[in-house]
Amino acid sequence: MPESDYVTSMKNPSNIIEFDNLQTYFYTDAGTVKAVDGVSFDIPMGKTIGVVGESGCGKSVTSLSLMRLLQGPQGQIAGGQLRYNQISRKRAVDIAKIPIKEMQKIRGNEIAMIFQEPMTTLNPVFTIGSQIDECILMHNPKISRKEVKVHSVEMLKLVGIARAEGIYDSYPHELSGGMRQRVVIAMALSCNPQLIIADEPTTALDVTIQAQILDLLRGLKDKINASIMLITHDLGVVAEMADYVVVMYAGRIVEQGTADDIFNKPMHPYTIGLMKSKPVLNEQVERLYSIPGNVPNPINLPPHCYFKNRCEKCVEICSGVYPELIQVTSTHKVSCYLHAKPDMSKYRVIGGKRL
Amino acid sequence: MNHENILEVRNLVKHFPIKSGILQHTMGQVKAVDGVSFHIKRGETFGLVGESGCGKTTIGRTILRLIEPTSGEAVINGVDIFKMNKRNLRPLRPKIQMIFQDPYSSLDPRMPVGEIIGEAVREHNIVLKSEYRDYIIKVMEDCGLRPYYIDRYPHEFSGGQRQRICIARVLALNPDLIVADEPVSALDVSIQAQVINLMKDLQRDRGLTYLFISHDLSVVEHISDNVGVMYLGSLIEMAPKREIFRAPMHPYTKALLSAVPLPNPNVKMNRILLEGDIPSPANPPAGCKFHTRCPRATQVCRTQAPKFKDYGKNHMAACHLYDQN
Amino acid sequence: MDDIRIRNEKEQDEFEQNQVIMTPGQMVMRRFFRNKLAGFGMGIVIVMILFCFLGPFFSPYGEYEIFYINKQTGEEIDMKDPRIKEAGVIINIKAPLSSSHLFGTDADGRDVLTRIMYGGRISLTVGICVVIVELLVGVTLGGIAGYYGGKIDMIIMRLVEIFYCIPFIPLMLVISAILVGYGISPKYKIFYIMVVLGILNWAGVARMVRGQILSLREMEYMQAAKAAGIRTYKKIFKHLVPNVMPIIIIMATMDIGTTILTESVISYLGVGISFPYASWGNMVNAVTNSIILKNYLNIWMPPGICILLTVLAFNFIGDGLRDAFDPKMKR
Repeated sequence: MPESDYVTSMKNPSNIIEFDNLQTYFYTDAGTVKAVDGVSFDIPMGKTIGVVGESGCGKSVTSLSLMRLLQGPQGQIAGGQLRYNQISRKRAVDIAKIPIKEMQKIRGNEIAMIFQEPMTTLNPVFTIGSQIDECILMHNPKISRKEVKVHSVEMLKLVGIARAEGIYDSYPHELSGGMRQRVVIAMALSCNPQLIIADEPTTALDVTIQAQILDLLRGLKDKINASIMLITHDLGVVAEMADYVVVMYAGRIVEQGTADDIFNKPMHPYTIGLMKSKPVLNEQVERLYSIPGNVPNPINLPPHCYFKNRCEKCVEICSGVYPELIQVTSTHKVSCYLHAKPDMSKYRVIGGKRL
Repeated sequence: MNHENILEVRNLVKHFPIKSGILQHTMGQVKAVDGVSFHIKRGETFGLVGESGCGKTTIGRTILRLIEPTSGEAVINGVDIFKMNKRNLRPLRPKIQMIFQDPYSSLDPRMPVGEIIGEAVREHNIVLKSEYRDYIIKVMEDCGLRPYYIDRYPHEFSGGQRQRICIARVLALNPDLIVADEPVSALDVSIQAQVINLMKDLQRDRGLTYLFISHDLSVVEHISDNVGVMYLGSLIEMAPKREIFRAPMHPYTKALLSAVPLPNPNVKMNRILLEGDIPSPANPPAGCKFHTRCPRATQVCRTQAPKFKDYGKNHMAACHLYDQN
Repeated sequence: MDDIRIRNEKEQDEFEQNQVIMTPGQMVMRRFFRNKLAGFGMGIVIVMILFCFLGPFFSPYGEYEIFYINKQTGEEIDMKDPRIKEAGVIINIKAPLSSSHLFGTDADGRDVLTRIMYGGRISLTVGICVVIVELLVGVTLGGIAGYYGGKIDMIIMRLVEIFYCIPFIPLMLVISAILVGYGISPKYKIFYIMVVLGILNWAGVARMVRGQILSLREMEYMQAAKAAGIRTYKKIFKHLVPNVMPIIIIMATMDIGTTILTESVISYLGVGISFPYASWGNMVNAVTNSIILKNYLNIWMPPGICILLTVLAFNFIGDGLRDAFDPKMKR
């Protein structure tokens, strides 16, 4: 494949990743599942972006598309661009089209991934040390064995492991869940990645261990120069970590903005409902707000807003076409008719109701 | 026995033997639950909080006699169910029921919903045969399930609906006590709220009593009246909800509370970070079990286990810090 | 606003009510029949069964009917015909393919096609009966081991291990020698072989069923049934059995194929089904003669192909069933 097929240019050179109308479909026996359907957002360099949503909303599929780790042949990127600012080679590439050989050079080196279950990344038959060594050697084949070990131990220390030398020689099963997650983070960091994708990094951990890992990640954010794409269902985790937040529902973005926009001025009824439905420590409410109904079946999604049937604020117009993302402020976008600009008078006529 | 109490657990101990070798020698004991006492009043919710491996699930299952206890008493309606033999226990079983964490493995995939809910109803002849179907439909409607779900199979339902079916199955037996073991942890946030609200509504309408086991402090705070915090098989603090969340005493409870991430980017918390991991329950530390991670541990903590005492306002804790005077 | 919400709910209700309800069994059937290989296997098995069990009624010849031929006239004479004693009449061995003997005759002058039908009867019956025997023993013992656990489990599992260690071929040789020694007629020998094969094969079934029950026992719905005080026999027959069934069905299908193969092996070695009865295995046995191996493909190829096709077909069905029962296992 000639290079010209996948080399593109970034819209904004200060972004590391630009998702542009990404469509990832799964072709199953029962029909086509549009797991991600027209998702566009940017990850600026050195920033943390949080992708929030419930199970099945497409947040993990988005990251797997970015890593080109979709389960083929059912799962495929059906359209859109995934522009990656490959600084090491001073070019921008479209990950959706890049040959898999090129992708393997990026994967793990320039884009690293942290999974929910650390054992999926760690190989149980090798020591922690040899696995980190291998990671470093792959990226940097010229350095000597001794230097590699020094570097690996350094990495383990960076993620707050006190007995780094001891851990270097132990096997994954000898470590606790929190320790393993630290090791996985050390592995991810060992190649100086441009972007770290963390897919529910703390969901499998206990609260006190989660606090340790979050603290670690927050500390690392300043020490390393990488962007973080944090995928989680926990709004609390996002609030602590993220600079920008993307809220997804049934494969589409319903709202996006800075953490401040989303948490202090949420606009989409789904975002609002999600925040109200989680009990908050030391804030007593007699009854929790709950979003009625269930997430729609991902096969044969309706033509109207996917959230319509669960929405308390829905109006006549919501039965029309799926609402587009509306720019509310320079950073804040929402996909809801309630926030449509007042000059869209035609909607009033169709709806016959106050917007 | 206090008549207000529906359940009194006294000094519950459960040790799992560690066996190895062909002849299954007992090599040691995992002290999953190590002398726990608490009681639950009729119509209230007792929240049991702790991290994985602290023994909270084991407590729930021993109370139901799904696991046989090593020693201790559990008095329900005046009878110690730990002393009963299996034959006498069977007719009492419907009175104590359990909601499980995983809504996928807790429903038999080869049974229609009506059968899942009604199986035990028929087993114990809870309603007349002629009223059976109406009764099941009534229970389903109470749990927010449509009556026409009765002939459908579990694979058609989402996690939240499955958990409603589990609740309906439990409710159909008119239990006195419901042990809910992480009933919402496997669900999405928006569905969690639905299930919690359902549980609260049912409690209000039917006067149910819950033993609510969870690792999620904010959920426990919302639903519970009294809360017990467990660490390595022991209760380390127990108090009415307001007390324990406003004025936690034990350093572990404090750390646990501060570890919960808040959905508000503007709040900067003073987090108490605990060092290290939970020790193995097969080999718990001597003295206070928490001293290996406690930021305020002293010499006495390493040697002497603190007593679980009442410090006023029904606030019980096990910590040497409050024992100096 | 409220009316919209009510309408939304109604819409949802209507949508749900119009959904087709399928029982797990129906879903399995649908997935199974969508699988082309499994359908192909099913087709072969049905054709084989029809061919072997109905075929002989359309065949003019008997299973051990020997044909003679008059060398001079080339006229074929049946063995019941008195003319066989005439001069120049010899047994019509290794006859070439002809309209009266589609696959010719074998080294003893019997019609190959007819013997394939009768041999198939025996091979299929042996396959099915052996599987029934091994299921009876294996499911019972495996079920007991899995459900009760503890000491019983340990004893049964040690027994399973012992059965895994029995060298199969030498044992069959010994048993065959004993049967011959006691002068057991070939007719009853078939039954002994079925029982012996069944008893030797139960261990695998028992281990599988035990494993399945152990994992089912920990499922939360079993815990829920226990907590609700459901009687033991109901727990076993309403929860355990229906959930163990898929694995038993899959295993049974696969094992029919394997048993047919085993039966052919022992018959080929001459310790299984013996003269005058036909089985696919002892028909292939003819290849031990190198002249037949080289020059008379029509004698040993057809039964060989039958074995191959039938075993393959049962394996396809087994695979198809497994994918249908548990679509997640499919890669």
